[in-house]
Amino acid sequence: MSSYTYRHYPYRRPAELDGAGTRRPVVIVGAGIAGPTLALALAKRGVPSVLLDEDDTVSIGSRSICQAKHSLEVWDRLGVAAPMVEKGITWEQGELYLHDRPVFRFNLQPEPGHKFPAFVNLQQYYVEEYLVDRCLAEPAVDLRFRHKVVAVTPHADHVALSVETPDGTYGLEAQWLVACDGVRSPVRHALGLPFEGEVFHDQFLIADIRLKGDLPKERRFWFYPPFHPTNSVLLHRQADDVLRVDFQLGRDADAEAERQPEAIDRRLRMMFGPEARWEHEWSSVYTFTCRMMRRFVEGRVIFAGDSAHVVSPFGARGGNAAVADVDNLAWKLALVVAGEAGPALLDTYDSERRAAARENILNSTRSTDFITPKFPAARAFRDAALDLARDFPFARALINSGRLSVPTRQPDSPLDTPDGEADWGRAPGPGQAMLDAPVDGETGWLIDRLGPDFTLLTFGLDGVPPPLPARVTHVGLPLEGVARQRYEARAGTTYLLRPDRYVAARWRTFDAAAIGRAVARAAGKELS
Amino acid sequence: MNDQPSGALRRTLNLARPDEVYNAIVDAHKGLDDAACRDFDARLILLLANHVGDEAVIREALREAAPK
Repeated sequence: MSSYTYRHYPYRRPAELDGAGTRRPVVIVGAGIAGPTLALALAKRGVPSVLLDEDDTVSIGSRSICQAKHSLEVWDRLGVAAPMVEKGITWEQGELYLHDRPVFRFNLQPEPGHKFPAFVNLQQYYVEEYLVDRCLAEPAVDLRFRHKVVAVTPHADHVALSVETPDGTYGLEAQWLVACDGVRSPVRHALGLPFEGEVFHDQFLIADIRLKGDLPKERRFWFYPPFHPTNSVLLHRQADDVLRVDFQLGRDADAEAERQPEAIDRRLRMMFGPEARWEHEWSSVYTFTCRMMRRFVEGRVIFAGDSAHVVSPFGARGGNAAVADVDNLAWKLALVVAGEAGPALLDTYDSERRAAARENILNSTRSTDFITPKFPAARAFRDAALDLARDFPFARALINSGRLSVPTRQPDSPLDTPDGEADWGRAPGPGQAMLDAPVDGETGWLIDRLGPDFTLLTFGLDGVPPPLPARVTHVGLPLEGVARQRYEARAGTTYLLRPDRYVAARWRTFDAAAIGRAVARAAGKELS
Repeated sequence: MNDQPSGALRRTLNLARPDEVYNAIVDAHKGLDDAACRDFDARLILLLANHVGDEAVIREALREAAPK
């Protein structure tokens, strides 16, 4: 059915079957989106890892298709963003319809001056393929297909695994185990850890089809369209002329009947007309839950991506949160493995990314409640906002068809230094992601100038070579242009950026002693 | 943001012609069934909430208007 040709990656007999292996610093379970991203990010920091996957190919189905700007920025540093942008569909705009009429348009990145667009739509199998190819070319990533974890035994200083292969089962020890093994996480089940949250009962149908013609490069969302008058419909374009159509079916739909190709074709004919021709790519009838683990770090086992938290698809907050998780984790785990920081640094992965997961779940739940109102008054207010939106611009802001993924806030982290001065406006502060900007007379991008670890960003300090702590790269910018605006800079304004591109501290004047303290704090040196 | 009484909501008369406004609101609902009333009120509440603009006032009004 799919136009994508699934490659089957080779299984290799592991050395451990023919003699005891050595304890590995990091073992990662699951080669989806999070696992390979983490393995590559660790490799870049000099930390080798073993990456285990129970099957031998990439995502079956296009699944997570909206790759957000902040994920592309992470993948760019790992060398895989360029093929994604090349292959995918760049989009920043969307349109919302009520019945048969457009109500309003939105632009997710209204101002230019960013290396990456707000979103690139690309099927998950391509994302995984590019990541796997990069992993296979990276000597520090030991990627093993058809290696299934069947037992997990935590110890004080390591985790012992039993891994099943076509040639038999072997033992593997890891200083740190990272479970990137998805929403049904076998590692989480093996450890008996709870995964609590809210279950939603509305059913949805995804129909991915190949349709020739003039396809829109934007997100479209309909409430009560004439071709599906009782519910909502979401449309996205993907690579290879594939369209994602997502029909809300309601609570009482017969999932088995709805997933039949003839039933799907009937719905599509209503939408695209009797003349249109398409081929089926992938389809799925689904419901969803919003859940998260109580802790993302349990001893020496760390959870990232869907294994740790799961949301509804509205807002593209699944795969993109997974990338943000491992971007937050990689530099911390590298410092801990290198002995430069204690395990307490990993507790900040737990606290920062749980705050992010709560924000994602809140946004996702609100979108879901708007799209599928739970009681009659909720539906009345939802419909009131839709009715008013055409004539009253304020009401457009109330319409929630998905609040699309942007970097989450991670407030009050013990790694960040609170502002000393109060005269900051909307520029990103501690706990917020840095902003890209054109630099070097518009010929380059700020994100390309960042160091591998911490970056000290100064404005208007040319010619002053400041003595900096280890692992800090200095980027000096002139007091002009978009960067000056985005950072509300004056002469001497200084930002300390973390390796995951979040702001750790900022000052109005260059103060070497304060910078030294903030770097030590951001590297976890003050944690007990 | 905050669920404590803020004292933000006006409690004294702010209408020059209270009878006119009260009856205008009631009369606008005349002849509507319950479902139509609910839809009408939802639009009215959103319009007025945006006009008021002050989240503390709106939250206090929500608390005061809630069934006791």
